[in-house]
Amino acid sequence: MTSFLNSIGYNNWILSVLLLFPLVGALLVWRLPPERAKRAALVISLVEFLLSLGLWWAYDRTVPGMQFVLVAPWLPEWGVTFRVGLDGISLFMVLLSTGLLPLSVLGSWDYIHEREAGFYAMLLVLLTGMLGVFLALDLFVFYVFWEAMLIPMYFIIGIWGGSNRLYAAIKFFIYTFFGSLLMLVAILVMVWQVYRVTGTLSFNYDDLLAHAEVVRASAPWLFAAFAIAFAIKVPVFPFHTWLPDAHVEAPTAGSVILAGVLLKMGTYGFLRFAIPFFPGVAFSPFVTNLVLWCAVIGIIYGALVALVQPDIKKLVAYSSVSHLGFVMLGIWSASLQSVQGAVLIMIGHGLSTSALFFLIGMLYERRHTRLLADFGGLARVMPLFGLLFTVSALASIGLPGLSGFVGEFLVLLGSFGRHPWAAGIATTGVIFAAAYLLWAVQRLLYGRLDNPSNQHLTDLTARELWVILPLVAGMIWLGLYPKPILDRTEASARHYLELAKPGLPPITRLPLEEAR
Amino acid sequence: MIEANSSVQSTVALWGSLVIGLPFIGFLLNGALALWKPASKTAVALIGPGVVIAACAAAVLGLFPAMAGGEDGQVVVTLWHWLPVGSSSIDAAIQIDHLSAVMVLIVTGVGSLIHLFAFGYMKEDEGVARFFAYLNLFISFMLVLVLSASMPVMFVGWEGVALCSYLLIGFWYTEKANADAGRKAFIMNRIGDFGFLVAMFLTWGAFGTLNFAEIVARAPSVLTYGGGVVTAITLFMFLGCAGKSAQIPLYTWLPDAMAGPTPVSALIHAATMVTAGVYLVARTNVLFAMAPVSSSVVAGVGALTALFAATIGLRQYDIKKVLAYSTVSQLGYMFVGVGTGAITAGVFHLATHAFFKALLFLGAGSVIHAMHHAYHSTHSHDDAQDMRNMGGLAKHMPVTATLMGIATLAIAGVPPFSGFFSKDEILAAAYAAGQTDPWFKLYWAMGLVAAALTAFYMARLMAMTFFGSSRTGTEEQQHLHEAPWIMTGPLVILGILSLAGGLLNLPAFVGGNAWLEHWLEPVTAPGQAARQAAGALPLALSHQTEITLIVLAVAVAILFLVVGWRVTLGRPIPTARRAPAESGFWKVLNQKYYVDEIYDAAIVRPVLFISRAFLWKKIDQGLIDDAGVNGAADLSRAIGWLGSRLQSGQVGLYVALFVVGALYVIAAAIRF
Repeated sequence: MTSFLNSIGYNNWILSVLLLFPLVGALLVWRLPPERAKRAALVISLVEFLLSLGLWWAYDRTVPGMQFVLVAPWLPEWGVTFRVGLDGISLFMVLLSTGLLPLSVLGSWDYIHEREAGFYAMLLVLLTGMLGVFLALDLFVFYVFWEAMLIPMYFIIGIWGGSNRLYAAIKFFIYTFFGSLLMLVAILVMVWQVYRVTGTLSFNYDDLLAHAEVVRASAPWLFAAFAIAFAIKVPVFPFHTWLPDAHVEAPTAGSVILAGVLLKMGTYGFLRFAIPFFPGVAFSPFVTNLVLWCAVIGIIYGALVALVQPDIKKLVAYSSVSHLGFVMLGIWSASLQSVQGAVLIMIGHGLSTSALFFLIGMLYERRHTRLLADFGGLARVMPLFGLLFTVSALASIGLPGLSGFVGEFLVLLGSFGRHPWAAGIATTGVIFAAAYLLWAVQRLLYGRLDNPSNQHLTDLTARELWVILPLVAGMIWLGLYPKPILDRTEASARHYLELAKPGLPPITRLPLEEAR
Repeated sequence: MIEANSSVQSTVALWGSLVIGLPFIGFLLNGALALWKPASKTAVALIGPGVVIAACAAAVLGLFPAMAGGEDGQVVVTLWHWLPVGSSSIDAAIQIDHLSAVMVLIVTGVGSLIHLFAFGYMKEDEGVARFFAYLNLFISFMLVLVLSASMPVMFVGWEGVALCSYLLIGFWYTEKANADAGRKAFIMNRIGDFGFLVAMFLTWGAFGTLNFAEIVARAPSVLTYGGGVVTAITLFMFLGCAGKSAQIPLYTWLPDAMAGPTPVSALIHAATMVTAGVYLVARTNVLFAMAPVSSSVVAGVGALTALFAATIGLRQYDIKKVLAYSTVSQLGYMFVGVGTGAITAGVFHLATHAFFKALLFLGAGSVIHAMHHAYHSTHSHDDAQDMRNMGGLAKHMPVTATLMGIATLAIAGVPPFSGFFSKDEILAAAYAAGQTDPWFKLYWAMGLVAAALTAFYMARLMAMTFFGSSRTGTEEQQHLHEAPWIMTGPLVILGILSLAGGLLNLPAFVGGNAWLEHWLEPVTAPGQAARQAAGALPLALSHQTEITLIVLAVAVAILFLVVGWRVTLGRPIPTARRAPAESGFWKVLNQKYYVDEIYDAAIVRPVLFISRAFLWKKIDQGLIDDAGVNGAADLSRAIGWLGSRLQSGQVGLYVALFVVGALYVIAAAIRF
């Protein structure tokens, strides 16, 4: 495979094609009548996914830094170059994005009835935006993509969303925009300060990383600005309240992309920018404690609030707050296990939560309600739905053998040495996760089928199975054999640890001294 | 640890995968049938029990002989690298040794019998394919659990069996109570699993590995006897055991688990899954040996559970509830055994209990089956599981009555039935340990009292169910009859095992050679060595004391069997409908000390209330959203309004503001 890819020069053109193809596709889709628009969108997103799949083989797992780097001049007088590339962590974020898109198109097939062409065009634009965020190696480029991606998402929620969509869309936009403005200021200040010392104006990631020492005096403020931007995106407690509203109002595909990909931009931002630029601040005792508290509170709080949600979609939305808390814990514990575990959670959460959102959407198409109280006994009329919902829920709960477990386990295992108390409290999350999801499963699937509107529900169609089965296959694969992924993320995780190292205090263990 | 040679490794890998894989294939096939062809019962009948019998055969013919190729009968094989991170990898690896062999035999052997019975029991249920899919999956996960070579792999089986338990308890999911019971079981198990996870993290911190073989080999050099680390590891581990094996305070899910079909109760909630905690302690016995405080906690909690659950069993009327509390109680015994360091005794009791308790549950299943049939034919809505509605069933079901009689004598500890030997060993070990640590003497006494109560409630169960006058109703009695052979056949085999199971570890004083003791020696030796090194081996009992203890135990058992019998049949028993309300302490026992209600009031409701009324409504919606986010929005709107006032149309003001602003920006830029 690798030699074939080399023979077609894959490495040289793949990133530019991945970024441009959906954009061109969006223009095409935009002009098409509804029926053909969604077909075209499906084909385009599938081709995009197949193209991106080559990265799996072409990526050289032994190289710690960026690969496939592509540089093009953009605004030379401002020190801006169009610079993109990818490492083992962004590799999987890219694959997650390209993989979820065709499913989102297919999952919206009968869900979106208005302005279909526009909707699918927006999805494709969104894809370019997301890929740009994960690939950018120039802070200006990063910022542009980060902002650009907000716009299609804003429209997806605001136009095709539920009844309260405008409130949710604006809340989503302003929340994130507030964070990104802070980030913009931080980027500009950083570039300016580096310029004053080095004399070259550059937004280049590597240049800024190399000269991050220069900004030491203002580092706490710069870090704070980056951190707030990313924390809102993750979302870290207490910046999470945009998420439930956005999820509930967004159409299914919007929720899937939001949970599956957009949230990871926050944690990715920490891994790529905020911590490597300012390790000294990030791992200072104050910030560390703050982050750990927020992460642990998020894990428990998200789970407890999820427990009492009457709306199943909101329940899953809050569960994301809980899951992403584990990612934050893993990133801040800075051990090989915890960082690789964090990446695994980012992938696994993308699979299981997406599947749950899709399934909830399929139910909504049939019943036009998402209130748990309206359901019950569905296992009788929709056994396939019941099976797939249960498997996805179990993956989310962290049942070993499925995707959720491997990541959480590695994060906790790797966190325990450095932050035993935080890891210990976080571990209780496994109890609450079981509580909220199994209760939801019970109220949906079990009990008497006594609501007349539920008695004639039809089980999943072939199209719907095509949406869910790839995700379920992914959950099982990730749960049983995550080695190929761990192999590919290891070098990059080590690289991250190298960058983080200057700020890391030595590990103070539990009273394990007696353990020789 | 010496690596076994590669041909042994590949043999174990092949047969081990087969043993685990066959039931899993059964799960896939039955699952497919359940989804697409639920009516094809012949296929289910062949596949469901077939794969388990095949797994049993594969274990006996292929896997066990391969043990000879390993050191001390132990062979560890890595199937694939599961979680390789850096230089250390957590592997999907299996381990066969003398302990896992015993467990594999119980799981597949007793499992096969129960599967056969289950087909007879469930064949008229429309969900029979789904039922066998879950049951096969359970066997597969249980085999992962017992064949695992490391804690995380065991955890896969550990949670997997909890999943199957959840699915099977709630098998008849249209009843809310069943679904509730399943969920309760899973969540309570998860509380225990929290402990298991923390124990793993601590172990990782101390050893840098989670493989059993390495932990056992390196424990004496890595850990200090009685130190904080080993105590913490073992206590957290025991929390996991308490969840899985239904010990105080996490036992309340097991009685509720009786909502599942009766074969499930026999297989999962008596013979196999619930003993996993005992197995874990036996597997890591060297750690417990090095943590005397934890060992005492294990034995103490076991003794307390044994006693506590037995008292509740005195006043239950549902035949399965009596057996459920009896199981909780007997599991307590096993923990007294392994907590005392008498690993063999604990495993021995695990084995004999698997025989007689499976028999009791399946026998109860036959009874319920018959009662259902009888009530069904007269369209009665009386409770087919309530012993007050039974009586005199021995007349209609002589085989079942005889076999359950054998099981009763076994569980009560009457010689020469199997339970006598295993229970006696545990009590003797506790007494022996009590010579140096008085706490253990207390555990022994609690165990003895629990044995008396066991004899009492079992005699009561037998008397109410099979003897005395019939309370079933004259018309219904016509329809009461023995179960078909596919159901009684397995009972007969279990009856023989309950009778003769003591032969497994026949003590020297009756001319036995303590086979199990010797067989398990490679597994128990590290723990014994650790105790010996610390000078903590209990003194051996004198022959005199040993005999006295046995006589005492047997006398107590027989006495209370008689008392239980007399008390139960001494006066007329009203049927369930006519029974007067319970009162006094009997009511407290009947209501299980109100523990469920206490948990509900103290934990479940507060958590829900705080989550809903405080966290969600006050913090999320009130504080963060209304005050914070929307407040900021209102604020900016207000500022915007102020700003709009500035749009006065007077150019001079604009210019002035522009200059001020520009100066400010320039000043700020210069400061950087």
